[in-house]
Amino acid sequence: MTSPLTLHNGETCAAGEVPLLAAAEFREEVLQAVEGGRRIAALFGRPAGGDRVRLAAVLANGAEGTLALTSADVEKSFHSLTPDCPQAHLFEREIAEQFGLVPEGHPWMKPVRFPRGGAAVTDFFRVRGEEVHEVAVGPVHAGVIEPGHFRFQCHGEEVFHLEISLGYQHRGVERAMIEGREARRIHLIETLAGDTSIGHAMAYARAMEALSGARVPARAQALRGIALELERLANHTGDLAALANDVGYLPTASYGGRIRGDFLNLTALLCGSRFGRGLVRPGGVRFDLDPTRAAELVERLDAATRDVGEAVNLLWETPSVMARFEETGSISREVCEQLGLVGPAARACGVGRDVRHEFPYGIYRFFQIPMSTWETGDVFARAHVRWLEIQRSIPFIREQVKALPEGPARADAAHPLEAGRLCVSLVEGWRGEICHVAMTDAAGRLAAYKIVDPSFHNWTGLAMALRGQQISDFPLCNKSFNLSYCGHDL
Amino acid sequence: MSPTCLLPPVIALVFSPLLLGVINRTKARFAGRAGAPLHQPYHDLLKLLRKGAVYSRTTTWLFRAGPVVGLGAMLAASALVPFGGLGAPLAFEGDLLVLAGLLALARFVTVNAALDTGSSFEGMGASREVQFSALAEPALFLGLASMARETGAVSLGAIFASLSAHPWAESGLAPLLAAVALAIVFLAENARIPVDDPNTHLELTMIHEVMVLDHSGPDFALIQYGAALKLWLLGSLVVGMLLPVGPGSAPAGVALAGGGMIALAVLTGVVESVMARLRLLRVPQLLVGAGALSSLALVLAFV
Repeated sequence: MTSPLTLHNGETCAAGEVPLLAAAEFREEVLQAVEGGRRIAALFGRPAGGDRVRLAAVLANGAEGTLALTSADVEKSFHSLTPDCPQAHLFEREIAEQFGLVPEGHPWMKPVRFPRGGAAVTDFFRVRGEEVHEVAVGPVHAGVIEPGHFRFQCHGEEVFHLEISLGYQHRGVERAMIEGREARRIHLIETLAGDTSIGHAMAYARAMEALSGARVPARAQALRGIALELERLANHTGDLAALANDVGYLPTASYGGRIRGDFLNLTALLCGSRFGRGLVRPGGVRFDLDPTRAAELVERLDAATRDVGEAVNLLWETPSVMARFEETGSISREVCEQLGLVGPAARACGVGRDVRHEFPYGIYRFFQIPMSTWETGDVFARAHVRWLEIQRSIPFIREQVKALPEGPARADAAHPLEAGRLCVSLVEGWRGEICHVAMTDAAGRLAAYKIVDPSFHNWTGLAMALRGQQISDFPLCNKSFNLSYCGHDL
Repeated sequence: MSPTCLLPPVIALVFSPLLLGVINRTKARFAGRAGAPLHQPYHDLLKLLRKGAVYSRTTTWLFRAGPVVGLGAMLAASALVPFGGLGAPLAFEGDLLVLAGLLALARFVTVNAALDTGSSFEGMGASREVQFSALAEPALFLGLASMARETGAVSLGAIFASLSAHPWAESGLAPLLAAVALAIVFLAENARIPVDDPNTHLELTMIHEVMVLDHSGPDFALIQYGAALKLWLLGSLVVGMLLPVGPGSAPAGVALAGGGMIALAVLTGVVESVMARLRLLRVPQLLVGAGALSSLALVLAFV
């Protein structure tokens, strides 16, 4: 048995270097790696000629900062990892759906996104018994939000089980990345999850740069860091406001919504788009920051900082709000580890999981942001981790703007992609770990592109958080995760 | 029976939506917004009346009866409650029991209409509504009973008249406790924060609103108007106890009571602005607390 290939974040290797194991060895390898502290960052298949499908796993070890890669060819069926490794469950369902393979022994086999039409024709887990009732919510909701279907198995007001069914926004992004025109790719990526434009664009740009051997100027790295943290600020502030709104606490809800706009406008100051569209491009950033706008950015950031402090601290000072947040929707550290949760949801369970620390990239290799964790794993913890991160990101942005490296903001010429290479690119988006795996064929064209949005890991966390909770607390728990539907559906 | 006794129901019918306007305006101000005009609720009602109604095939006459009977009960109730020293057109011994009965009737038909839709949301809302009103009703009854005992009268008009004749210093703590209990019932029955959130779009957290999700157009207007009347009537009970006005003191009495109503609406808006909603599990504790206050008021009234 060969040892797996290990890479660092954003490093490339020849596609042929990834060990190709027998299916049973592959399974053993993944299980051992997960037992040894690694986490499944991505598990996906791609056609390998004939009926064969090549499964590949990216196993992340945060302590070492390494990504182990391993692969195996399978045909028709394979022995499911899920019974021994719950975090593989959604990946295996995805593989089964995409290639018609059967993961034998998978405890809950059903499609993830229904790409072959016939949405919502699957069975749902049902609790039977007297006084047990089922509540179905969605996919059309009362607010202007994304479509998703939620099935609650309830006993009175208590939720026994929640099953989440998504896929209504599947648009075939991964396939379009390979088969579509190259010029369209960045736009697909930027709208993959509309609130994470910078995060996904950064992961894509870094993968393309690594595959083409392009060198990104230091100034561009700093500007990308600023944009990524601004995106985090805007979304975290919006989330805290939405949490306040869900418990009917008006002051933070109204002011937070406005301050989110202030942060979005700072991104607009960088590049003209509030969501950072058009800023990040392979090779650097498209818009440089001149000193006048840099000064304005710092000034407006300071004003927004004061406002956000006032609005958010009201939450922690109001007993009626804290009574709603505390001990609602708790997730234990064990469940978090088993499901492989990422981002603020994982950090709220006391798990120190942050790509900026574990797999530093770009500007984060030189300037670190302290990691923010909390122990309780409840709605309060998820809210508080966001607040802590807001407080860490602001000084980082200020520091970067004041000490922007000199030089160009974009590398001179675009290089062609090198042939037969593979790259794993991780970025800590505001929701958590964004993982892009890109591979080129012998002609230097993109042959495979796998995207794992943090939501893909975390939706099951929401379902687990609801167990034993009041059904009336679901919107609050949901908002505390604030996961992306379109990022999951791809 | 003097013609002025027709005034309390007329005032209630005309001004009850205004109360909602005042609450919403107060909340908007706290949120840093200018807010909708005070008369917006009237426009909303007119808009709904002009629309068509949609009926699900699974519903029966129970669904259609809900809004009509509900509003009818509220209209009847408005003829029972005195306002600002003006007697009500229907004043008789024991009218306070009829008032509570009419509130219960309105709830009964609304719950029936909700259950008639067969939707799991509405069933959930109906179950919550019934659970909480089972706790709110005793608080209302005991509060009114304590006032009846305190004043020795068993009609709303006579109770308020007697309260105003005996200043608060003499009647002691009992009216105050009963008024606080009624204020809690007022918030709970009218689906206000901290019990319910009238502005939320989240079906899973709603109590009252989720029961009327399937009503549309004119039916929904009747429900909204009925809710506004309920807000007015329960509010005028609270104001009547806190600012008692003797008979024959109109128009000053009516002005005082009107000011009291506006103040109550502002206060409701302030409460909604400065605190979050209670967890649904905690709502019964609040309502039982109101019941305990009413009981204490009744005990004190006997001393």
